[in-house]
Amino acid sequence: MRLTADEQSMLDGQQGEPRRWAMEHMLRVGRFFDAADFVPVVQAHIMADTESLGEAGVEFLESLAAAPEAERRVRIPMITDPRGIDFCHYRRLKQTDAMAVLEQRAIDAFEALGIMMTNTCINYQTIMPPVRGEHLAFGDTGVVIYCNSVLGACSNFEGGPSALAAGLTGRTPRYGLHLEQNRRATRRFRVSCQPRYLSDWGALGGIVGARAGSYREVPVIEGIDLAPGSDEMKHLGAAMASFGSVPLFHLVGVTPEAPTLEAICDPAALEVEVIGEADFEDFFARYGGKGEKVDVVVFSAPQLSLLEMQSLADLLDDKKIHADTDMLAVTSPAVAADARRMGLVERIESSGALVLEGMCFYQSYAREMGEANSWTRLLTNSVKLANIIGGYGYQPTLSNMENCVASAIAGEIV
Amino acid sequence: MPVIELECHLGVGPEVSGEALVTDDNFSARYDLDRIKGIFSRPQHKLAGQSYVDKIMVFNTAKGGVASAWMLYEMKSRGIAPKAILFNYVNPILAQGAALAEMALCDRFAAGDITQLIRTGDRVTVKPAEGLVTITRE
Repeated sequence: MRLTADEQSMLDGQQGEPRRWAMEHMLRVGRFFDAADFVPVVQAHIMADTESLGEAGVEFLESLAAAPEAERRVRIPMITDPRGIDFCHYRRLKQTDAMAVLEQRAIDAFEALGIMMTNTCINYQTIMPPVRGEHLAFGDTGVVIYCNSVLGACSNFEGGPSALAAGLTGRTPRYGLHLEQNRRATRRFRVSCQPRYLSDWGALGGIVGARAGSYREVPVIEGIDLAPGSDEMKHLGAAMASFGSVPLFHLVGVTPEAPTLEAICDPAALEVEVIGEADFEDFFARYGGKGEKVDVVVFSAPQLSLLEMQSLADLLDDKKIHADTDMLAVTSPAVAADARRMGLVERIESSGALVLEGMCFYQSYAREMGEANSWTRLLTNSVKLANIIGGYGYQPTLSNMENCVASAIAGEIV
Repeated sequence: MPVIELECHLGVGPEVSGEALVTDDNFSARYDLDRIKGIFSRPQHKLAGQSYVDKIMVFNTAKGGVASAWMLYEMKSRGIAPKAILFNYVNPILAQGAALAEMALCDRFAAGDITQLIRTGDRVTVKPAEGLVTITRE
């Protein structure tokens, strides 16, 4: 790979051990993906919950954080994905003190590195939405697919180590979505019915993601009548990335790189795959459970926007969650502060539900929480969560927010 | 004993040898594994219930889940990890994770679908720096 004088100086260790490690790590990754050089990035976002870090990962962060201040501070604005703990509520969730201690150690290391603890996977809705053409090093697949697709920014999926390396150096290897030729559509889908609920948008993402099935595929979707809102796009993208490792999609006439079909592909070269009512029905039918007792209803993955918090509060007003069912609503610290100020948190929690902030359900020791709270049957409107939580010992059911709330009140899936 | 040589793109990590565990399914360390027990835990995964410890794993591709980048490092630190992971095509996250964990990882095989070319139980040597995988079959 071609290196600038500054990059070579970092690689040689002249700017300290953290930046030397970062360059070495990125060279390994860049060579693997045939990157010719590095591209400057303007923001980094790191996914590093303590469940995935473990003791080894936290020790690794602490080793970087022990360097002299001038050598360890990130070079560009860098923010965090959700944490594994909400310190106000972890005991109620039956998470352990050991988990909280590990979490605090990770936070201390991040802060020593100059990273801002935003603790959110909806930074594109709440912190600083990227601009078209900006090069970024973002973690969280839902964040990356949204910023690439809806905003026209350029980021690969950056795992924690690579996002950190980008933050420490202000660059990332130029491969994948940083290259124009990898952003053109390779699969063509047409919907013959319109998604209605957020869970329908998630289902569309799940269907397209499963069919595309690879980081190298870029789906383009035709047939959407009305431009979806930010929350609809959020669920569409998060589910597509979860089901297919897909980092970018286009909606014809909606997303910035696809004003027309011709702008993003050669239409004659791509076969049209139609997605209709029956595909949606089949998708939801995978997640059974109707009539069964529901142990926990979870709104998370991605964190709820202020508008979703308002929708939930409206649905829960003057209602009580069933005594044998728990409900968790997970949002970002920024949204939680606004929602608290506006009375939404109080309205949600008056029902018996719990609002959690700065964490995400599946990044928060979901297996241990499930075992400690006897949660097996989980109901959610998040297609992403329904897709992944089975690996943690849960039986997921998928429905829209209205049905999720009605089920929580009834104590069984309606 | 026949030896088959398979060329691939240059990979990351050290040279290793071990027994293959093969599936045409995909992979995410976060979604699919019980990392304490060292087994595939997501019921829908084709390897559900099987141990991945010290195996040369062979998958089609890698799925979403940025956390996998940290998880390979954490798994290896406890010694409950695969020896190597081979894909038809990997996504950036697993490649980044293998680079941090110094775990052998290769993809892009010249001879075609790696999930068909290697069989479970094969004795496999992975040489990432040479872009070469050899199979010794009984």
